[in-house]
Amino acid sequence: MLEACLAERSVLNDDFLRQLISVGEVDLLVGLPTFNNAKTLGPVVQAIRAGLLKHFPRERAVIINVDGGSRDSTPELVKAASITDLQLSSEVYTLRTLHSISTISGHGAATGPALHTIMAAAELLRAQACAVISPESINIDPAWLERLFRPVYRDHFDFVTPTYRRHKFDGLLLRNLLYPIMRALYAKRIREPYPSDFAFSGRFCNHFLEQDTFDHDESGSGTEISLVILAIAGSFRICQSFLGTKARAHRDSAELVPAMRHSVGPLFSSLDTNFPIWSANDGAQPVPTFGPESELTAESVRVNRKQLHQMFTSGVAELEPVLKSILSPQTLLEIQNIAKVVEDDFRYSHELWVKTVYEFAASYHKSVISRDHIIQAMAPLYRGKMYNFLVENRDASGEDVEANVEALCRTFERLKPSLLERWDGRK
Amino acid sequence: MWQLIVGELTRAMQELVQDFAHFLPRLLAMLVIAVLGWAFAYFLKIVVRGALRLAKFDKLSESAGANQLLTKAALPSSTELMARLVFWVVWMGFFLLGVEVLGVVGLQEYVSRFFLFLPRLLAGVFIVFFGLLAATFFYRAALLAAVNANLPSARVLAVSLRTIIVILAVSMAFEELGLADRTIIVAFAIAFGALMLGLAIAFGLGGQDLARRFLERRFLHDKQEQKQDEFSPL
Repeated sequence: MLEACLAERSVLNDDFLRQLISVGEVDLLVGLPTFNNAKTLGPVVQAIRAGLLKHFPRERAVIINVDGGSRDSTPELVKAASITDLQLSSEVYTLRTLHSISTISGHGAATGPALHTIMAAAELLRAQACAVISPESINIDPAWLERLFRPVYRDHFDFVTPTYRRHKFDGLLLRNLLYPIMRALYAKRIREPYPSDFAFSGRFCNHFLEQDTFDHDESGSGTEISLVILAIAGSFRICQSFLGTKARAHRDSAELVPAMRHSVGPLFSSLDTNFPIWSANDGAQPVPTFGPESELTAESVRVNRKQLHQMFTSGVAELEPVLKSILSPQTLLEIQNIAKVVEDDFRYSHELWVKTVYEFAASYHKSVISRDHIIQAMAPLYRGKMYNFLVENRDASGEDVEANVEALCRTFERLKPSLLERWDGRK
Repeated sequence: MWQLIVGELTRAMQELVQDFAHFLPRLLAMLVIAVLGWAFAYFLKIVVRGALRLAKFDKLSESAGANQLLTKAALPSSTELMARLVFWVVWMGFFLLGVEVLGVVGLQEYVSRFFLFLPRLLAGVFIVFFGLLAATFFYRAALLAAVNANLPSARVLAVSLRTIIVILAVSMAFEELGLADRTIIVAFAIAFGALMLGLAIAFGLGGQDLARRFLERRFLHDKQEQKQDEFSPL
């Protein structure tokens, strides 16, 4: 126990520890991991402060900013946001001091070490409920704090994942891969398994800090999805809470390969350790949800579909030697056949996509080649599926898109035995 | 006269018998060493084969691309090959030790040369193996990066990189073995220089259109893309 405490403390530097000690015990803690977010951070910090003061005026609260080593004075911006400004702009009054402290983790944009620091601080301050807000959530309003904290603080849930209002073409990796596979394997219908804004209890926080795996995770990528999986594997009480409109990511976060590395990589990796859990699961359970599970908007947008198709066909042709070592000959042949089809007749069926994903997961488990290479090799195939999704849902309403995603989820569930067969090495 | 001939013959026969009597124990010792060496080498072969199977060496060499080369050359799997290599090296070592016991003067120098050459041979084998491993890894890394960056001729780029690394590894191994080291270095320098010059000329002259299209797509396309809506995959 003492060793565990010392290990946690080592995450916190002396100066930060002094700041935490001066804060004392708190009821609520808001974690804000940042890295060069000065342009968008101001309104986010003000909304967090307003949310805490408006909805939790009697609770002891602290905002903790863990910065990756920004060069645009992001931490100064967090510390400089004063309550006086807030009180002038809105009718909120504080009954307690709202602390706001900042530390530098120096890990760049990787959120893993920042989340670890936030959790260690939460454990030290004995916070009953913690929320993590993404600095890119520029659409945040003060009610988000209430929607994230209330299920943990009042209703005793252990982990709150968000649901958002999104454009039907936003978050396609979530809808075409992460949500369906998580639902099929971990048997929980969590719409945002890679949450950028979420909340958790002190109990969950302690459980997280007891895990050795996170202590040694130097890359610090994909911790968000790992937390959700940890909550499921630990049988914690999980719920979803509708927050509002999801902000569009800036260009850097829209890159596919890093996004896959941070989400699909940790998900596949978790299947090794959690095999007894996911292999025994049968039938996905709904998760208690505050507000709508999903809201899709369908305003017209311009998307470069042609390039997606071109990158799929060239990827299938160029990566043949790599795909040969990952996919079964039959699946590879089917993919090569659809790659020969002209754009107008192109169709990447749900069944073929699910077979592709499961074969990638099994190859990842067996490490047939470098695991990072397996994830990278999946990107061109995902582009093919994305192209198919964009074409199929060009004129679809939100409900139609939901129906399409539901059909995909059912295919993932139906074909789960094929993954189990491959996992055992029989195929 | 006759007695002299008989005496000489008898002495010669006696010397021959004496030499043979001296040689026979050595021959027997050599045979015993060779047989013991064979048994020890066979035992080592089994141990090495088992250890490599446990360490999934076949999988490693498959990912290094070594298995493909072995299959093409109609050779056994890399685990079997390594086990056989160990068997022959150990048994040859014992056999040569036995030969040294025979006391044949000319052979002793060759025996000591063989033992001096052994570490270099092993180093050469390791250089080639890890060179192949590195070549395959970087080939795949370059191929995936080029495909995901939508670069033209991704496989040509990756194969070129792999070829350079393989040539480098083989030339290093030959240098380690001391086999035609100067020739190999010169040949490598010429081949590498020619490849680079060829690529420069091909891209500069022959591939003017390709270069123009690539640059246009790279820069003009980015500008076009910025006008379009960006969606996050997550």
